[in-house]
Order: sequence, then C-alpha cells, then structure tokens
Amino acid sequence: MASLVGSRVERKEDKRFLTGKGRYTADINLANQTYAIFVRSPHARASIKKINIDKALKSSGVVSILTGKEIADDKIGGLIAGWAIRSEDGTEMKCPGNPPLAKDNVNFVGDPVAVVIAESLAEAKDAAEKVEVDYKVLKAVTSTADAMNGDTIHEGIDKNLCFDWLLGDRQKVKEAFDKADKVISIDIINNRLIPNAMEPRACVADYNAASEEITLYTTSQNPHLSRLIMSAFGNVAPEHKLRVVAPDVGGGFGSKINVYNEDIVCSWAAKKINRAIKWVAERSESFLTDIHGRDHVTHAELAVTKDGKFLGFKNETIANLGAYARVFGTVTPTYLFGPCATGVYEIPAAYTNVKAVYTNTAPVDAYRGAGRPEATYTIERLVEKASMELGIDKTELRIKNFPTAFPFKQTLVHTVDSGDYVAGMEKAKQMADYKGFEARRKESEAKGKLRGIGVTSYFEACGIAPSAAVMSLGCGVGLWESAEVRFNPTGQVTVYTGSHSHGQSHQTTFAQIAADELGVPIENIDIVHGDTDKGTFGMGTYGSRSLAVGGIAIVNACKKIVEKGKRVTAKMLEANPEDVEFKDGEFIVSKSNKKKTIGEVAFACYLPGVRDEMKSPLPEGDEPGLKETSFYDPSNFSFPAGTHIAEVEIDPETGHVKLEKYTACDDFGRIINPMVVEGQVHGGLAQGIGQALYENAEYDETGQLMTGSYMDYTMPRADNFPEFNIGYTCTHATTNPLGVKGCGEAGAIAAPPTVMNAVIDALGGQEVTMPATAEKVWKACKNLKKSNAKAA
Amino acid sequence: MGKISLEVNGKKVEKEASDNTLLSTFLREHLQLTGTHIGCDTSQCGACVVHVDGNSLKSCTALAADVNGSKVTTIEGLETNGKMHPMQEAFKKLHGLQCGFCTPGMVMSAVDLLQKNKKPSDTEIRDWLEGNICRCTGYQNIVAAVKEAATKM
Repeated sequence: MASLVGSRVERKEDKRFLTGKGRYTADINLANQTYAIFVRSPHARASIKKINIDKALKSSGVVSILTGKEIADDKIGGLIAGWAIRSEDGTEMKCPGNPPLAKDNVNFVGDPVAVVIAESLAEAKDAAEKVEVDYKVLKAVTSTADAMNGDTIHEGIDKNLCFDWLLGDRQKVKEAFDKADKVISIDIINNRLIPNAMEPRACVADYNAASEEITLYTTSQNPHLSRLIMSAFGNVAPEHKLRVVAPDVGGGFGSKINVYNEDIVCSWAAKKINRAIKWVAERSESFLTDIHGRDHVTHAELAVTKDGKFLGFKNETIANLGAYARVFGTVTPTYLFGPCATGVYEIPAAYTNVKAVYTNTAPVDAYRGAGRPEATYTIERLVEKASMELGIDKTELRIKNFPTAFPFKQTLVHTVDSGDYVAGMEKAKQMADYKGFEARRKESEAKGKLRGIGVTSYFEACGIAPSAAVMSLGCGVGLWESAEVRFNPTGQVTVYTGSHSHGQSHQTTFAQIAADELGVPIENIDIVHGDTDKGTFGMGTYGSRSLAVGGIAIVNACKKIVEKGKRVTAKMLEANPEDVEFKDGEFIVSKSNKKKTIGEVAFACYLPGVRDEMKSPLPEGDEPGLKETSFYDPSNFSFPAGTHIAEVEIDPETGHVKLEKYTACDDFGRIINPMVVEGQVHGGLAQGIGQALYENAEYDETGQLMTGSYMDYTMPRADNFPEFNIGYTCTHATTNPLGVKGCGEAGAIAAPPTVMNAVIDALGGQEVTMPATAEKVWKACKNLKKSNAKAA
Repeated sequence: MGKISLEVNGKKVEKEASDNTLLSTFLREHLQLTGTHIGCDTSQCGACVVHVDGNSLKSCTALAADVNGSKVTTIEGLETNGKMHPMQEAFKKLHGLQCGFCTPGMVMSAVDLLQKNKKPSDTEIRDWLEGNICRCTGYQNIVAAVKEAATKM
C-alpha cells in the first residue's frame, strides 16, 4: 500500500466549502432565537457615570438589556491573561480586571458596556441606539513608546507597566560589548496589525432548561480551552454543563484563540432569558474589538568583530498590550519573543528586556507568528545593517555566524534539535539567482528604477508546547494535545482531535496520518474536532502545533490500536503476540500464512464470540471494543527554519515598491501533504508581505481607530503579489516520531524583514518603517537623490 | 414590506421582505442559502458575490428589491446534476481555498471573469480578483485554479 504521508492528497473538506455547504457560526439559526447588539464605548478612556436604559427598554421587540452591573451581580468573571510573567525585580505582573461588560470604566473604543437583546436584529440595533451612557471622558494613552509617561489607566498599575521582564545576562552582554570592534544599533517599530480573518467573529448561545446546559457555537480556534476559561474564570457554568462548538471557522490567525466578551455575555444571558441568542460581528466591530497583533518599539544592538563574528546582542523593547492582558497577551512579547531574539546565530551573550505597557487601544495578543516575527524582524534587520556597515556580503555574514553543529544550544533558552542552515541558505541563493542580482540591479537602474535585494534567515520555536518547559516559564496550563481513535465494528475509523482546523486542512492531513498508521483507506477515516461534546479535552490550534503535537497524539493512539490488534490476532490465530506483525492494514503471524485484516480484528473486538462456541477472541485482560486515546506532551519545541530572499524595484518618482521576486526555502521537517504546506507558506508570506508593504493599524491621539475598515486598512489583494518561488530542505525533527516541525507561521515570520531588507537595500541603507508605503519611500528617494548629489 | 420575486438557482421564489432587505440577507435569511457569506458589510471583501442576470455582483450592497425579477445564481447553484463546476473542481485540485469563507465569492467572481475573458493572463486574473479578499491563500493557488478552469470551460 502506497504511503499517503508525503502525498499531494486533495482535501476532504473542499467539496462542502466549494458548494456552499460549509456551516459557519453565522449560518446557524436556532428555534425562537433572539439577536444581540452590543453597546460599545465610543471613547478610548472614560468613566461611566450612568447608564439609562429606560427608553431602550420601551423600544419595539426588546427582550432584555443587560449591563456591567447585572454581570457583576451574577458574579460572572472577566477575561484573563493565560501566562503569568515575573519582572526582572521578581515582582508579579500586574493585570487589571477585564469584566465582559464594563461597569465603571471603559478602556478602549469598542469596550462593551451593555447588551441589547431583541426579537430581530433590526430591533436590537434600534434599541441599542436608545441606550444612554453618560461618560466622563478621560485623557487617553495611545502611544506605545510614551505609555509609561501617560496618565495611569488602571488604578494601582504605575506607569501603565504590566511587567518589566528580562531574559539573559546583562553583565555578560556588557563584557561582550566591551570587547567588540563595532556595535551596530537599530531602532525599530514593529507596526500594529489587525488579523482580519475573513469570517467576522460570531456566537450563538442556547440554554436547555431541562438539562441545565448551555451550548455555545462560536468562532474559536480552541473550543475546549474556551470552555475551560469560561467555566473556571468566567463562572458561566460548570464545564459539564457547558458545551462549546466551533463549527467551520473562517480563519483565525490567532485572533480566535481568545474567549471574548461576547462569548461570555451571550452564554450567561441565554440562561438568564432562557432563549437562544445570536450575535454576529460587523466588520467594523472586528476591527475595533478583535485582538490586534505586534506593536513593539525596539532598540537593539549587535556587538561584532571587524571580520563579522557576532559577540553580543541586546534588545530593549516596549510591547503594547492594549487595554487589557488577554490569553496570549503576556506570553507573546516574552517567551514567544525573547528566546528567539538571537535568531539562527551563535551569539555568546544576549539579553532581551521587555516592558509591557497598557494603552487605551484594543488588546494585543497572538497574531500569526506571535512574538517570533517581532524577534526575527529585529535580528534580521540588525544583521543586514551589520553587513552594510562591515562591507561583508549579507549571505556570507549570516553563514559565518550559523551554528556549526546540531543540537544547537542557544545562549538564551532553546536547544534546537535539528537543522542545516547552510544548506537552506545555499539552496535559497540558487533558487533566487542571487549571483545574477547585480546584473538585474543595473537593468533597473537603466530604467531609472532602484532595485534592492533582501535576505532573512530565520528559525522559530513552534509545536507549542512541552508542558514541563512552559509551566516552568509561567504558563497557566500544559500544552499537550489529545487524540482518540475509534474503530466502528464494521471497520471505519473516527479520529477525535483536540486540535481545531480553521483552514489548516486537518480533515485531510490527519486522515493521511491515520490511514498510514492503520492501513485503512482514507475515505473510511473521519476527523472530528471542534465540539467539546465530541472527543476529550484538547488545546486547539495555534503556534504551528496541530501537526507537531496533535498529529503525534493521533500516531500514538493508532499505535495503541495496533498493539491491541496484535494481541487479539494472536488469540484468534493461536499465536504469540510477539510473532504478530502489522503491515498495510494486516496482522500477520510471522513465518506463516495466517493473517487477519484490521477490519476483521475490529469486528472481533466488538463481537467477541463465535456462535455456539465459548471462545472469545479477546485475550484475558483486554476489554471489548477498539478505541484508544493518547495525550501527547512533547519533550521539546520543534524548530522550523529557512532562508528567504526578496527583490524589489522602486520607482523613485512615485515611491511605489514593486515586489519583483520572492523566494522561500524552508525546512519544515517531514511534510505530510506538500499541497497543503505550499498553501500555508503562501498564506503566511502574504500576511508577512502585507505587514512590510501595506498593513498598519493606527490610532489617533484620542484613541480613535483611524484604520477601522477595508477602506483604510490596506489588506493585501491578488494584484499585490508576484508568483512566490517556494522550495524546501529537509532535516527531520528528532523529538517526535513523525519528524515534523510545523509550517503555519514561517511566512509571516520571515517575510517582513526579507522585504524590508530589500527595500532598504534599494534605498541605499536608509531606514524606512513598516509598512513601506509609497509616501515614505518617495520621501526616502528624495533624500537619496540629495545625498547622491552632495556626494557627486 | 414588498414582494420579492426572483429566479434563484433555476427555481422561482417569491417572498415578502422589508424594503431595506439586502440581497445577501434575502438569500441567507429568507432562502437559507448560507453559502453566500458576509465578510465586511461595505462591498470591499467580495465574500458575498453572486451572479445577477449573468453578471457578478456584491450582494451585500444590493437591495433585494433592486434586483426584483432577476435571475440569481449563488454558489449553491453552480453544480450541474451533482457535478461540480470546472471552477469548483479547479479550486479543489489546486488548493485554491483554505478556511473556505471567501471561497463562494471568489469562485463566483472567477466564473464571471471567464465568461468575459476566456483566456485571461495572470495579470488579468489578479486584476479582476482585486475585489475579493482572501486572508489564507496568498492568492497564488487561486490564480492557478482560474487558469486551470479556463482550460476546461
């Protein structure tokens, strides 16, 4: 039987999506449902003096109006930060309360203060406009860089500082810098992004008075985790009385990890009014209230010898958390960021210091790559700058500082088990025709254009995450994953996974894995996810963890099935279990022609007996049935890596940047489905290039979001990209049985510095902040003209 | 309120709807054709594209009353006798979709492109699809799928 792992298998999920049969949360309608509209703060910072709902209550079709007072009276808990971070001085991080409906203060535009529930959506909207909220408007804090100097947003949190965290050794870094021939320094802004999954957030909550059970359909990347948080911290219902279903989910990119205000409020309110409640975000609400990403202000320095050896690295970053610390809010700028700060290089001394600040903006949390794009952007901009200042070719300088052997024990945290960074670099250079660049630069010059080339070598820590490691780092939970493999008596298989697919293709790739492990045709395997009533607790999908953690749980559960199958076969065929081998779906007694198919074994497990015979095929100690569960906790992170090369051409007359070529050469370990991986790379690249050239979330000084629609926030579109040139090298991960590493975030991590390095190369080394819009680039081109004229 | 009469996916339908009912709402809420998606409410993202009298249209910014009497085709109406349209087949074969949310609008828009330009170049495909946002695929496989479909239609 041909192996499916490694094959370009077309997706099992596609037909329903392509024929309009997908079932997203907004497609769900329940009998007798009501509609919710949230009344949101129009101010970035204000205290609530009074809320008057009298007029609104008289509005047609209103069922109920609930405010922060009722939710507090019912002791419903607030939203939480999932990771506890300690400051350098040993103090615990400071997190404000974040009630699902604000009672006393609002802290960003969009912060919900009341929910209006009505018989129809139109009636809910009408009534919401009649809710009168009397605010005392306060001065907003919106700037990341100046947040520590602004008014105190949350009582008791001085300087708006959540924590001041250090990873690394300042003294050793000082010593390294003292020995340096040269120090390269850089100031960087990692621009704020809005994830913009194409499906706006939504939820439908229902209450069953008979079973006293709440069911919440929601747009979540991790329904089990959502249930845990809503139950343990939100106090919405005990876990066994709360079912969370995340059906088809239209993209997440990190923005749907969080439990949101609306999830808690609708669940709580559905029980209160004993009716189903539906809420669907309008895009403007998504812009205002989905978590945002990135938003760092960084000063970094690299100490080097004159021949280009890296000696020391420091990174001083201010990270904007927004108004509140959410689930991955505090870990994103610390443990997902700091350990990756030194990139793919041997740097003997390093530290990262992060000051995380509150501002009156939407909460900032994990967005595709989460912390690792910010880390990679800083080191790769620095290295590129070093190559310019030292006059050493950018690829040679990188190779000079790559690790020479694996496992590669980094200075800060990670031990990278496997990789071959030189091979990746060489292949990328070949794919990109790096050698031919100078000729292409001249061709562009002849046309009056500026051409630049940019390189990035990256690694990332994903497969989030080994529990022992992350618990020691301060995570509130372990990040293992579960799988359950169930055989039906007639031989088909259902695999329940705690991972969640919202575009990642698990229905296909996980089935490929199970098909190979069990020797069952892929069409007889179903992957079930996204419902806390189906399958055991699981952690969900983010941090490129589904395959490297969730996939391994499936492998392990399948192996247990095979082990039991061997015992059963041995009993059925009167052989020793040790003599039974399993191959391509058949249990074979070695050195004989006796065998059973896995289907026959499954059937025997469920019907353990033969008519008129006392004999059971089940060995003593084995129970009937064929179903196994695995909880897999990895021993280490996995470490994809690669080199990307971009070429841009700039029209100095307009400042327009054209991305001419983009080459990505990645090492993801073993690839399960090349077609799916290619898609993940393309998508990640589009988001990373989007950050570099187009996307930017901007607040004005009063805290109004200036980029709150697709008219203002530049989403990358089809005509913004060239055809990507994708290739791979492969070293297998040594820490999991499939040898897989993860591929979901690579593009978003590597593309911003790759593109910006090319832009800045074209501009003769002039710094430009992301996104490199025509206006900024045009100004830089004018400066370049001036300085060239002076030089002449 | 008024009566909306349409031919949707080859079937005549007649429903009462308030005058401000958007075509997208009419399709999703009145006819339960939830394959047409709402991604932005402002005619920017293209998830809601359907065909009205043979031309692609963003249904979230058209009133149902405005297209009264028209022939409407949605993503649900693209199959023939249970067989997917060549565009749907090409998207599947070449992985032109991931989460599937923008897909119905993307496919409807692409089908209209090929009605108007049988052999579009890469640039023409990318220009045409500029009104459809996809956050998952980076568009490359969508472009490849449209080219593939062009050879089959």
